[in-house]
Amino acid sequence: MSALSDQLVTFAILAYLVAMISHAVEYALGNARKVPAAAPARELVGAGVGGPGGTVEEPATPVPPAATRASRSAARAALAGRIAAWITALAAALHLGAVVTRGIAAERMPWGNMYEFVLTVTWIGAAAWLAVLWKQPSLRRLGLFLTLVMVLLLAFAELKLYVQVVPLMPALQSYWFIIHVSTIIFASGIFLLGVVPAVAYLMRAGWEQGKRSFPYTLARRLPAAAGLERLTFTLHAFAFPIFTFAVIAGAIWAEAAWGRAWGWDPKETWAFISWVVYAGYLHARATPSVKRNVATWIAVVGFLTMLMNLFGVNFFFTGLHSYAGV
Amino acid sequence: MTTVDDRPAAPPAGAPRRRVNPVLALLRNSWRQLTSMRTALILLFLLAIAAVPGSVLPQRGVNPEKVNQYFVDHPDLAPRLDQLGMFEVFGSVWFSAIYLLLFTSLVGCILPRARDHVRALRMRPPAAPKRLERLPQHAVLEAPAAADPEAIAAVLRRRRWRVTVRGNEVSAEKGYLKETGNLLFHVSLVAVLLGVALGSWYGWHGNRILVSGADNAFCNTRQQYAEASLGPRVDSADLPSFCLTLDRFEADYLPSGQASRYWATVTVDHLDDGSTRTAGFSVNSPLRLGAANVYLLGNGYAPILRYTDRYGRTQTSTAPFLRTGDQNATEEGVALFPDANVDPKTGKRAPDQQVAFDGLYLPTAPDKAPFVSSQFPEERNPAVVLAAYRGNLGLDAGIPGSVYQLDKRQLSNGKLKQIGDKKLGLGEKWTLDDGSTLEFVGTQPYITISVRHAPGQTMMLVACVTLLLGLMGSLFGRRRRVWFRVTPPEGGSPTSGSSLVEAGGLPRTEHPGFAPEFAQLVAAVSDDGRDGRRAREGDE
Ligand code: HEM
Repeated sequence: MSALSDQLVTFAILAYLVAMISHAVEYALGNARKVPAAAPARELVGAGVGGPGGTVEEPATPVPPAATRASRSAARAALAGRIAAWITALAAALHLGAVVTRGIAAERMPWGNMYEFVLTVTWIGAAAWLAVLWKQPSLRRLGLFLTLVMVLLLAFAELKLYVQVVPLMPALQSYWFIIHVSTIIFASGIFLLGVVPAVAYLMRAGWEQGKRSFPYTLARRLPAAAGLERLTFTLHAFAFPIFTFAVIAGAIWAEAAWGRAWGWDPKETWAFISWVVYAGYLHARATPSVKRNVATWIAVVGFLTMLMNLFGVNFFFTGLHSYAGV
Repeated sequence: MTTVDDRPAAPPAGAPRRRVNPVLALLRNSWRQLTSMRTALILLFLLAIAAVPGSVLPQRGVNPEKVNQYFVDHPDLAPRLDQLGMFEVFGSVWFSAIYLLLFTSLVGCILPRARDHVRALRMRPPAAPKRLERLPQHAVLEAPAAADPEAIAAVLRRRRWRVTVRGNEVSAEKGYLKETGNLLFHVSLVAVLLGVALGSWYGWHGNRILVSGADNAFCNTRQQYAEASLGPRVDSADLPSFCLTLDRFEADYLPSGQASRYWATVTVDHLDDGSTRTAGFSVNSPLRLGAANVYLLGNGYAPILRYTDRYGRTQTSTAPFLRTGDQNATEEGVALFPDANVDPKTGKRAPDQQVAFDGLYLPTAPDKAPFVSSQFPEERNPAVVLAAYRGNLGLDAGIPGSVYQLDKRQLSNGKLKQIGDKKLGLGEKWTLDDGSTLEFVGTQPYITISVRHAPGQTMMLVACVTLLLGLMGSLFGRRRRVWFRVTPPEGGSPTSGSSLVEAGGLPRTEHPGFAPEFAQLVAAVSDDGRDGRRAREGDE
């Protein structure tokens, strides 16, 4: 079972990689429409691609050859994008298989160490992405960034964090373990997904303001900034109460296991920091005098603090949480 | 979400200007600054940044040994960091200053908002704007089923809008939950802080090792703790009186050596009422005694070492050895015999004839040397590997020493000398150069416990629940208003028998779902009868 899980992880990484390439093809084909003569048709096609479902209507009236070429390449781009989305779904299915078989092999919830933690968090991120995509197909181009994040994190987990299946130690044998860890994982997965539109928004907003230097040029083919910003907020507003609950559940569990609800152990300290930063994000977004891109930066910083808590704290500090096992 | 209605900043213009006391003006301005959203944001950020050193540097409250180690490793830097409170970040002046300012700002922010909110709850939804077609949502209903204001109001009320009818206009508002939740959330934050304060004033805790056996029972007084801390409002005499005896400690291990279960059985004597009972507890399920909770933090073995001195007098040490931190429970410690070699004739302690042993205890010793670490955490082949010392142990010098370590100064100044070392299996005896003997008799299990009373916890738990409820109300609640204006059929018109109804809608917070909701509402008003019937059927 454990070996099957490992194989499924490898396949999932490969599938995310293929999805990423397919997304990149969509991107590249989208960028090919630079033919000046095609200007009017470009608008038409652009609107079609951006719309729900991403279908392209073939113009009925004769158009200049350059425009046809452009529209054909746009159709190909849309096809590549749709294929990418389906492959992402396939990857997520393999990924889920890996999580489940790992749990079966360990005869417990598969969240006993960092490797399993990252495996599950990334799956939540991917699943939530598919749900977002289902509701708002026009955001599909974000998939390039999402699959990139997936490949990086999973490959890192596979190469650096992998451990054999082992049972839990006594301190982890508690139903609070399931409650605390599952909600932390869920919230982390949504925050992970949330950082994708956040970064995309920051680049796209710069592009829309006329910035044409390096990171902003990547945003040329991204969905409109306002929509990305709204998605960023929706995901964070969804994840924040869950994260809050998870931290509270952790405190309740810590009271039973370690005799104190809160002891400023490094993990707890960083959870506090993340919580305060994300509260700051929600606050900033509600403050009219704070610009949206400033608020979004705070969300990105929030995600960095989550990463710090997951990787930094486990590697650099030792605390009560360190038995979670690198 | 979200537009925040900033509170009116200035008094209405036109009022006769009075001379303002500059001090008062400054105070008022500072207060306004402090209670602004911007300041709250900056303070939140400062709070997050201020917490960082608390995770990077060792903290006294979490791990005092590491702080001492840090002083050893960084002799120049450490005292300076210490002056800044860097080893007690969460109790430091600057950390406290930030969160106290933040909570002052918070209170200053929520009080006026609560007042405004209560006022808004009492007020009727506002009158319709003149031109409904300018609102983000607008519709004209031809011949609706619910054509008079009361019927429209009924439709809205069924959908739980707050409704008021003014003549031929209906105003309705929904989503007060957002602000209610937001206030509840912020008030709960204050309550959590109060719970923390309560706990630190009236709480206490102590840690110690409890070796099994009736001789080693412990009673709950401050002196009996290795380390104790009492809140400022707690006196040593306030500690509840009970005694604990460790009857049994069980640990199960997997073949890999990982522990799978711990279980401690204790006898609890309540001294107040003289009652006695036995109870079991474990990691994750503490012993709750009402007045205090007992938590199982660790465990180990105390080797029983019997020393027979050169005069033939026997003394026994059952000193707990502490885990070194390796997977297989290798422990290290010391057995002190300060009363060894007391001349029976004089009955005086001989300060240069005291004896001590230090070294390792291995629950499962390897078959061959080197005997440096245990092979398994369970006792399968217990052994001690000890060095013997004779001389002055330095216990009388008045310098508090550790009971788990020899005083190294006595070794370096030559008052204490090592006289050999040996590995002893269970029951083995070691004869030293002066004919005295040491026997490894056996072991007693011990547990490390923390005894704790934390009075603010119930309050914090309740506050956390309301905090979550408030947060969800705040994040997912949406304030919006709708208006309906009924224009009666023009008196003489022969064709139109029914009224014209115009509707407008205004989301007061960002709300993508508002347009469909508005459309549904308009549809419901349009065919009131059917909708009403369906709703009633749904109720049954
Ligand atoms: C202890 C520090 C604080 C924390 C952790 C905190 C946290 C939060 C969070 C997470 C939200 C988001 C809920 C939402 O967007 O509906 C929020 C909203 C809000 N907070 Fe705070 N807050 C704090 C202090 C303050 C202070 C000092 C003020 C007043 C200056 C304030 C005023 C507000 C307002 C007006 C909103 C509503 C924004 C909206 O309309 O959505 N908060 N706060």
